[in-house]
Amino acid sequence: MKEMPFGSLNTWTVRSIVGTMIPILIILSILEMGSGLVLEHLEETYLGNPTLLVLVPVMIDMGGNLGAILSSRLSTRLHLGTLNFSLRDDVVQTNVVAIFALAATIFVIMGFAAWGIGELVIGGELSLGTLMTISVVSGMLLAVVAVVLSLTATFASYRLGLDPDDTTIPIVTNVCDILGVIILSVVAIAVL
Amino acid sequence: MSVLRDAAGIYKESIGILTVALGGGVFAGAVLGGEGMLEGFENYPGLLLLVPAFLATRGNVYGALGARISSGLHQGLIEPRFERDWRLVNAVTASFINGIFISVFIGFLAWGLMQILVWIGMRDHSAALIELIGITFIAGVLTSVVLIFGLLVLIFAGYRYGLDPDNLVGPIVTTLGDIFGVLFLFFAVITVDVVL
Repeated sequence: MKEMPFGSLNTWTVRSIVGTMIPILIILSILEMGSGLVLEHLEETYLGNPTLLVLVPVMIDMGGNLGAILSSRLSTRLHLGTLNFSLRDDVVQTNVVAIFALAATIFVIMGFAAWGIGELVIGGELSLGTLMTISVVSGMLLAVVAVVLSLTATFASYRLGLDPDDTTIPIVTNVCDILGVIILSVVAIAVL
Repeated sequence: MSVLRDAAGIYKESIGILTVALGGGVFAGAVLGGEGMLEGFENYPGLLLLVPAFLATRGNVYGALGARISSGLHQGLIEPRFERDWRLVNAVTASFINGIFISVFIGFLAWGLMQILVWIGMRDHSAALIELIGITFIAGVLTSVVLIFGLLVLIFAGYRYGLDPDNLVGPIVTTLGDIFGVLFLFFAVITVDVVL
């Protein structure tokens, strides 16, 4: 086992990782309970259109996935010292363009997947057009939220001197979890 | 246009694994809506309430571990293999502590919230504290083991194949978290059924 350096503040100690994350985890778990309450309420609301429930877990996941890809990349560039916080920065532009292209692809596939499962398993009460509209519109709105949150959270943790690995990703994934359910419900109510 | 060319590179690297994550999400939805879990939700009021928070711990604890390992690989601080390197050991140990602590805390939180819902008359009754904590503890321990080692194996393998681990972390955590999180939650419900 290699020697552990002494003295200066080290972000790779158990005490440092646990101490940084536990307060964040506690706060975010409390916020997630809000998401649990919303989901429970939505399940009753959505019983009339059960195919919408197929979208819920994926909708929650993908916001966090896209946000995690972006913040993880920004965080590494930050550690390497090759990141400028500007919308004109090439690294930022490249990552944002890629995220929107990925979101468009995934939420089109999800529209087809939800329709297929609805037709085969649930009873197909919603048309492909309706499900595709709900999936793509709510998905792209979620991608906008994920991009704005990733940039803001990475910048904030940089300014506050916190390690973005311990801060950015939990914030982005959890807010996307909660907002994913809310965005999906607002879009679904508007479309139906 | 180097921006578009570079963006296409990131797209190609991420689209496959995001599609796999999509499959994981659909699988999770199917298990959660399955007969066995629906029975669990009926038998243990408060279980449905904790599902989003429990599943979200993957992003919290293991996503941060993955990002840390990814940054460490980029910076040359750690090597892409299992060894008794103090940074790797510390990161893994801290993730176990974080993952198991927060699972138990979520069980407690759901129980507390259910007491309030019962008190204000929105629910008839709540599952016992020991039942909810028992379920989240069992599911939390099993999920930690699979997610931590699964994540490291896949990141190390991906890195050695020349893939940027930054693109792998989020989708790996979500896919493994969805599939094993829901399966171990179901397993924990069955175990608590038998033991308590």
